[in-house]
Amino acid sequence: MNSVPATDRYLGIEPLRPWAVTRSTRLKNLSRSLVFALVAFLVTITTPLAKIDGWAIAFLLINVAWVVGQSSRLGAKERRDAVLRVVFTSLAVLAFVPWMSIFLTVLLKGYRAIYPGYFFSDMRTSTPEDEFNIGGAGHAIVGSLIMVAIATVVTLPLGILSGIYLTEVRGRMTFLVRFIVQSMAGVPSVVAGLFIFTTIVQPMGKYSGMAGGLALAVLMLPTVSRTAEEVLKLVPDDLRSAGYALGARQWRTAIMVVLPTVKSGLITAGILGVARVIGETAPLLLTSLNTNGFVWNPIGGTVASLPTYIFSMFMYGTEYSTSRAWTGSLVLLVLVFGFFVLARRLGTTAAQNAKTNSRKARKLKKKS
Amino acid sequence: MSQRIENMTKQNVDTSTTTPQQFDSATEFKGLETRGAHAWFGTHHALADVSLRFPERTVTGLIGPSGCGKSTFIRLLNRMHEFIPSAAMAGEILLNGSDIYAPSEDPALIRLKVGMVFQKPNPFPAMTIRENVLAGIKLAHLKRDNHDDIVEQCLSRAGLWKEVKDRLGASGGSLSGGQQQRLCIARSLAVEPQVLLMDEPCSALDPGSTLRIEETIKELAEKITVVIVTHNMQQASRVSDFCAFFLTDGGPGYLVEADATRKIFTNPTDSRTADYVQGKFG
Repeated sequence: MNSVPATDRYLGIEPLRPWAVTRSTRLKNLSRSLVFALVAFLVTITTPLAKIDGWAIAFLLINVAWVVGQSSRLGAKERRDAVLRVVFTSLAVLAFVPWMSIFLTVLLKGYRAIYPGYFFSDMRTSTPEDEFNIGGAGHAIVGSLIMVAIATVVTLPLGILSGIYLTEVRGRMTFLVRFIVQSMAGVPSVVAGLFIFTTIVQPMGKYSGMAGGLALAVLMLPTVSRTAEEVLKLVPDDLRSAGYALGARQWRTAIMVVLPTVKSGLITAGILGVARVIGETAPLLLTSLNTNGFVWNPIGGTVASLPTYIFSMFMYGTEYSTSRAWTGSLVLLVLVFGFFVLARRLGTTAAQNAKTNSRKARKLKKKS
Repeated sequence: MSQRIENMTKQNVDTSTTTPQQFDSATEFKGLETRGAHAWFGTHHALADVSLRFPERTVTGLIGPSGCGKSTFIRLLNRMHEFIPSAAMAGEILLNGSDIYAPSEDPALIRLKVGMVFQKPNPFPAMTIRENVLAGIKLAHLKRDNHDDIVEQCLSRAGLWKEVKDRLGASGGSLSGGQQQRLCIARSLAVEPQVLLMDEPCSALDPGSTLRIEETIKELAEKITVVIVTHNMQQASRVSDFCAFFLTDGGPGYLVEADATRKIFTNPTDSRTADYVQGKFG
């Protein structure tokens, strides 16, 4: 062992990043972008180019013009490189525009009706045209979550099992299973609703959250099982061989080696399925319908959900009810976003956690 | 080590009469034995008529140019061959006298007794180093109480303990290539196999790691049978007690000759063996 601690021996040597963009360049680029954005905005209010699409086009053109002018003193290869970089960056921004447009519209129209009670109260004692500080969509949020939970509980095991069948077992029915899953993905959501309506709602004699959840499960299954299959295909055969060479049976290898390796991918499969169905309206109109109060019992009659809440509020058509509908949309968006964040969080495996933890510990040690 | 590897190929069946037959019946022989083993991939005949004996507590090196069926042969020995959909085989492969391809045999139990280390390190990325070592025990439902001892013992035998003892909770994928390979060796030791097959275990490793793994192999041979495929002649001469030379003439690979390593490297029976070990071809 060296008597001098490593940290002292290399005193005065700082870690550098000579390849990184310097702060002044970054600042310059940012301010230039801001100026261009402002110019593009001025263009939209002085010329026929209008709204956010016009702004994006103006922004793109200004950027390209600038880089062409700027690079006139460079060589041909550098110029092509610079122009292409700006074009692709701007196109990426352009692709972002519709998304921003949707989100901003929902945010601007939906924030008015938000107050804490919106998440905790229902519409039993208030009408859609009441003031915003009365009533809320708590019942719809709860209903949506219950039905999506039912759909997930049904779908996730089925989807993962079918993924395992398609990639691990590779049995004689592989072609048939894959064919059915793929054609299920093309089933219109109304048909899924009708299917549950005739098989569950009619025999039970009433609408219910269970029926709604099962209708969502029908729509969710193809997404989950296809994603699960794709994810499981990514597991290298080396790992399966290693499992078998240790004397493990196939199902044991699948469960203990293959599944944990793609845990994050499987969680993503589930989340994608949830995101696919949480906004579905048509099947719920046929299976769970809508109601104005909290319903916790999934087989206790009609249940409200966010999509049907939004639908009925829009149908009501007054100023206040429309605002409530926009707020419902906002909550739905935030809910989906929350699910994705959760998926990322849960997706990191235990080993990865251990890795980051040890890195953190090392950092702490260094500091002290 | 007076035992000689049986030598029964068509090519040199006459010359092998110099090797005395030590074992008359299969039941007396302890270790792994193949009798007239063939292997196919679809219609492609990959390996023809290999009869070899791997006595207990010895190291046998399989040498020969690429594509001569060494890896196919080694995968026949623990029934990994059958994972390739179009694969087929013929002949007998006996572990302590009983045919491992008999219908009553359970392939999972065979692979538990005949472990394997692959060319490319393949630790389980979702498991920690400790979990990787214990993976075989969990995968095969073995009952063991002293997990900590097993981890330390197996990692020490694989020459990795000192390097990782302070970070057993780190991911198996966070190790360097050589460390990963030694982790894989430790993993296969934890289930206490009778035979360990190694398919070019050092091909991706630096000389230091290679040396450590060779030391590990020598230590292992005190307890178990080791079969190692290698393209490195020095390695074969360093670690193995017996050597088997495979060759192909464009058709299926076959066994040219098998004998004590010293004889193969100094005075082989077949001139092609002499040419190969001296580096004249291959």
